[in-house]
Amino acid sequence: MSGKLPSPSRPAQVVFYNDPKVRSVVYQLVLCAVVAFLVYGAVRNAADNLARAHIASGFGFWNDTAGFDISQTLIDYSARASTYGRAFWVGLLNTLLVSALGILFATILGFVIGISRLSRNWLLSKVAGGYVETIRNLPLLLQLLFWYNAVLKALPDIRESIVILGGAFLNNRGLFLPLPIFKSGFGAVEIVLLAGIAGTIAFHIWARKRQARTGQQAPVLWAALVLVVGLPLSAFGLAGIPLGFEFPQAGRFNITGGIEVLPEFVALLFGLSIYTAAFIAEVVRAGILAVSGGQTEAAYSLGLRPGPTLRLIVIPQAMRVIIPPLTSQYLNLTKNSSLAVAIGYPDLVQVFTGTVLNQTGQAVEVVAITMLVYLVISLATSLLMNIYNSRMALRER
Amino acid sequence: MKRFATVLALSLVVAAQGTSAQTLKAVKDRGMLNCGANGTLAGFGLPDAQGKWTGLDVDFCKAVAAAVLNDPEKVKYVPLSAKDRFTALQSGEVDVLARNTTWTSSRDTSLGLNFIGVNYYDGQGFMVRKTLKVNSALELNGAAVCVQQGTTTELNLADYFGANKMQLKSVTFATANEAVKAYDAGRCDAYTTDASALYAERLRLANPNDHIILPEIISKEPLGPVVRHGDDQWFDIVKWTLFAMLDAEELNISSKNLDEALKSPNPEIKRFVGTEGNYGEQLGLGKDWAVRIIKAVGNYGESFERNVGQGSPLKIERGLNKLWTKGGIQYAPPIR
Repeated sequence: MSGKLPSPSRPAQVVFYNDPKVRSVVYQLVLCAVVAFLVYGAVRNAADNLARAHIASGFGFWNDTAGFDISQTLIDYSARASTYGRAFWVGLLNTLLVSALGILFATILGFVIGISRLSRNWLLSKVAGGYVETIRNLPLLLQLLFWYNAVLKALPDIRESIVILGGAFLNNRGLFLPLPIFKSGFGAVEIVLLAGIAGTIAFHIWARKRQARTGQQAPVLWAALVLVVGLPLSAFGLAGIPLGFEFPQAGRFNITGGIEVLPEFVALLFGLSIYTAAFIAEVVRAGILAVSGGQTEAAYSLGLRPGPTLRLIVIPQAMRVIIPPLTSQYLNLTKNSSLAVAIGYPDLVQVFTGTVLNQTGQAVEVVAITMLVYLVISLATSLLMNIYNSRMALRER
Repeated sequence: MKRFATVLALSLVVAAQGTSAQTLKAVKDRGMLNCGANGTLAGFGLPDAQGKWTGLDVDFCKAVAAAVLNDPEKVKYVPLSAKDRFTALQSGEVDVLARNTTWTSSRDTSLGLNFIGVNYYDGQGFMVRKTLKVNSALELNGAAVCVQQGTTTELNLADYFGANKMQLKSVTFATANEAVKAYDAGRCDAYTTDASALYAERLRLANPNDHIILPEIISKEPLGPVVRHGDDQWFDIVKWTLFAMLDAEELNISSKNLDEALKSPNPEIKRFVGTEGNYGEQLGLGKDWAVRIIKAVGNYGESFERNVGQGSPLKIERGLNKLWTKGGIQYAPPIR
């Protein structure tokens, strides 16, 4: 082995420390080591300081009894029996709930406003413009306080609740809706509904294929109405109306029973949706303007009406410009939901870095966990949006 | 914003080296005492329109500044919410926390803090609207209760409703201001906090006379100033500042008769004013440390009456906070 000569086809050997590959690997390793050392130093320093100040550390508090009440819980929670860990999940679910609904409403509202701003209708475009310029130039915290106080102050006291048709109550404690109770036999209705949805999708696919082949259009909307609404309704009637309601009852102090929607939740959802919608509207407007006017003119010259032109020609191309900034608006909305702390909605920050941090005193652990959670939520959101983006991206052939 | 403050304080914990010792030297070098105060509670800590702070806890900060820096005005008040107060003290942002804080075992141990004593014996109560016709807290089954987050109040509330098998709908807010505002707007049936604060907050409601404070006191709330664990010298100074105010009242020394006290032949008074012994030097302060305190804020009784008692809009009875010689439980060890 040792007597082998270097093969003549390879270039002359350089000394290993002059090899650019080796060098770059070494530089990377050194950098990693420095970063690791800095992180280690910071953690070590924090641990030392905490120990010197006799502040408890570690994650043992996770299984201790929480002892405080939370106003909105999506999972079972009680002050006496639940742990700080449970309180964390309660807060996290509340954050996810308001963020998910906020993203949904902000997107719908944002698209409507963004398209309206480009409308040829003078009044519509000016109203949309006014909305965007007002809403996005006011601080979100101020808007949340406005909505919370507007919601609270405008609604009547609990003893003078507005009774909405069908046994719902609206007052300054929130909105109280009847809770549907499904009786036996409702399963059949659900099966019919699912079958109806599947049938609609199948019909839609068939109709598109037929249109591509023959140019004839099928009445997809009517078919969908019959399959998704009509069929389940008749099944519901045939099964003997297997549905009851638990109606909210006025007690001595509060309304009990039914579904309760907190005013804090409504205020936060309103504030976040309306604020973010203003930014999404601008993103949508920019996306549509980025599609060259020639595309619209070409569509018109092919005989497409303005509605289908927007839906089939402009929006699909605009989406490529819209999606990346839309992602950051979604991330902003999720992170901004932590302003819930100002209006008493029990989100993750209010429950966990608020009460739990204060009761346990373990600021380092609690804040670290919270930051990690927001990081995971944000990365997951942008992962989903990136997948969607790559599906929508221009495929070059 | 609150979260930012917490993170900032946190990074101080991470970065700071040995803030635990040498508080006295740090305060003297700075020439200023950093005092964590309430900022929104009349009678305990509240700045007026001119930015002048008053209150029982504020007087305590002034007393410490008078003892250490010989000037009761050399105090920087840092307004802190209930949930941020301990982090601010732990990270060294404030030297002493005088913010109607309840002394509990976990705060004394796992938070790395030391309570120096009790400057107000309090208990938790409830305020409701008169129109509800509620006469006892035990009738509050199913009521919505507004409460400030990060307080012992929040825990006592859940305890009390649980122990009495009552349904609770608590609505928690980061600051007392927001909780009171929501209660006033009708979001809750009741507002709960320490009884002393209930009287103060009631004055801020739109119609104070429409609200009553229920007779039940559901907890023990010994309120006291707090310092960091691990600096015994500073702990002693702050502790004896409170004791000096109490001892002065017991010895009938007030800001009005201080000159006579300085000439008194009574050995107890002579030890107090420093004409006998060197008790001030043992603390690391001058001989006349106690005189400076009384000159600045008066004795405990004077401070109490001026801020929360008959000389104030709150008009709270002294009750438990009377001296032990007068039927209360305020008691301080002797200076000797």
